[in-house]
Amino acid sequence: MGNIVSLRKVAKRYTRGKEVVEVLHSLDLDIAEGDFVALMGPSGSGKTTLLNLIGGLDRPTEGEVIVAGEHIDRLSGAALARWRARHVGFVFQFYNLMPMLSAQGNVELPLLLTRLSAAQRRANALTALTIVGLADRARHKPSELSGGQQQRVAIARALVADPTLLVCDEPTGDLDRRTADEILGLLQVLNREHGKTVIMVTHDPKAAEYARRQLHMDKGALVDGQVS
Amino acid sequence: MLKQTLAVTLMNLRAIPQRLGTSSVIVIGIAGVVAVLVSVLAMATGFHQTVANSGRDDRAIVLRGGSQAEVNSSIARDNLLTILDAPGVRKDAAGRPIGCGEIVTIVNLPKIDDGNLSNVTLRGSCGQLAALRPELKLIEGRLFEPAVRELIVGAGAAQQFRGVTLGSRISFRDSDWTVVGIFSSGGDAHDSELIADVDTVQSAFRRSLYQSVTALLDAPSSFAAFKDALTTNPTLTVDVKREPEYYAEQSKQLTKLLNFIAYFVGGIMAIGAMFGALNTMYSAVSSRAREIATLRAIGFGAVPVVISVFAEALLLALLGGALGAALAWLFFNGNAVSTLGANFSQVVFRLTVTPGIVVSGLWLALFIGLLGGLFPAVRAARLPVVDALRAQ
Ligand SMILES: Nc1ncnc2c1ncn2[C@@H]1O[C@H](COP(=O)(O)OP(=O)(O)O)[C@@H](O)[C@H]1O
Ligand SMILES: [Mg+2]
Repeated sequence: MGNIVSLRKVAKRYTRGKEVVEVLHSLDLDIAEGDFVALMGPSGSGKTTLLNLIGGLDRPTEGEVIVAGEHIDRLSGAALARWRARHVGFVFQFYNLMPMLSAQGNVELPLLLTRLSAAQRRANALTALTIVGLADRARHKPSELSGGQQQRVAIARALVADPTLLVCDEPTGDLDRRTADEILGLLQVLNREHGKTVIMVTHDPKAAEYARRQLHMDKGALVDGQVS
Repeated sequence: MLKQTLAVTLMNLRAIPQRLGTSSVIVIGIAGVVAVLVSVLAMATGFHQTVANSGRDDRAIVLRGGSQAEVNSSIARDNLLTILDAPGVRKDAAGRPIGCGEIVTIVNLPKIDDGNLSNVTLRGSCGQLAALRPELKLIEGRLFEPAVRELIVGAGAAQQFRGVTLGSRISFRDSDWTVVGIFSSGGDAHDSELIADVDTVQSAFRRSLYQSVTALLDAPSSFAAFKDALTTNPTLTVDVKREPEYYAEQSKQLTKLLNFIAYFVGGIMAIGAMFGALNTMYSAVSSRAREIATLRAIGFGAVPVVISVFAEALLLALLGGALGAALAWLFFNGNAVSTLGANFSQVVFRLTVTPGIVVSGLWLALFIGLLGGLFPAVRAARLPVVDALRAQ
């Protein structure tokens, strides 16, 4: 299978006043379609920055970012937003669900960006909730769900529009061990049975074991584990 | 696009109750502005309606040339007959022209509510009064007699001032007068006046000239002939106006002033309310930063986010505007107030909250909401998604 993600000589610099901080240094990375990659490394090493580049939330200062066949570093803001809607499902550490919407409403959100009818949106959202095992909680507000359940809703939201890849930043960072294992198991099922490419940032070695491949970052560079 | 916008906007509006504290800043601030605007405009409207109600097309007022109002006009006694003899003046059954030479003088009366002395117009009119101003109807008592110190009181004045009931005696500087009648003139400027016989008023106040002559004409169309006759008469230097024209001029200044106050004070308060709205909307946007960033990450565009901010600002502003207009209407509509009228005396009128005024108030509210929402909406649209997602 081909590469779904290709980074070529990617650098990311932030300018704070006169000071220029380089967060990523001339980084090369390929991720194959259908892979499950765990991106590890100490805090501040640039994991989130790298993930944001792959997910099309941010643009590199230098280099090329080719994801799902598109040079996303060259897309305009609006085109990039459309690209994200089509290709990326995000899972965040703190779930980032809309508190006013039910689980069902939250999962339907990405479908508002598609041409699906209301009935189709409802059906697809229910299917996604069924995959994460929360069909019976569809009417619940996020505040009525546990952390693990909220993260399941967030995963359902990430996969409902059938994206090319799932991008997860510390998805179990706020959960206890047992719940974390359930969530990681779910990601593994999505990768193995539904063929989703998953890229997950974590600093938990146990979490990383669920992945097919581990990458390690330190001070803005990948240090080993480049080849699986 | 519509789908997204609707969803994001509804989601945001449903969350407003959770930001009740800051949201109420907009509502209360704008309610205050609109309440002030609506009540002052209601005052201007009420005043204008009262004054504009005064006068008929077939009645003319004659003043000395160049004088704007009765107070600074004077007309010699000899000229009265010349004026009333002019063509176009209606005659009564006995063949006498219907018209009066009149004077106005300012007297003081205590107000009912606080006892403070206030200026009231005492008008000297003549025995033709009933024919000259048929709209002036006696509610109680009778008309004044000539040569005795009797007067009749307008209903508006009777409501506002102490000791002006039927039969009571009123003392002015060095004359005592008896109230022999209460009249209503249907809410026009005369409603706030006291009226007595002109010769008696002249002698009591040691005056010898008239200040104006008011004449009833055969028909509204007789005005031109009447006016021409007087203005071309070399022995007279007078201005001739139809009554409605005269009263409109009288009310113009104060109406202008009230409108100015409404928009000036309203404008300053509006600026204050706008900053309040601005602040509220900024804090609403920053409390939604994470939610907005998540929506943008999912792929939502900037437009739904911008519209959701505007919708919130406009909804709150409209709520405030409606509240302010309702309060002004509840507390002030129909309230009688008095102000200095044409002759520097009290004119009693009612605050009138018209639908037009309410609509003006709501437009102002929307305008404040729009301005208050503008910069926060821009900030929401430009929100750096990556930073907002990082912030805990
Ligand atoms: N907007 C920014 N401006 C300046 N520095 C930033 C900005 N965002 C991130 N950084 C810096 O980049 C580095 C890497 O951050 P991040 O990618 O979040 O690391 P990690 O996710 O591995 O903990 C950190 O040192 C962080 O302070
Ligand atoms: Mg991070």
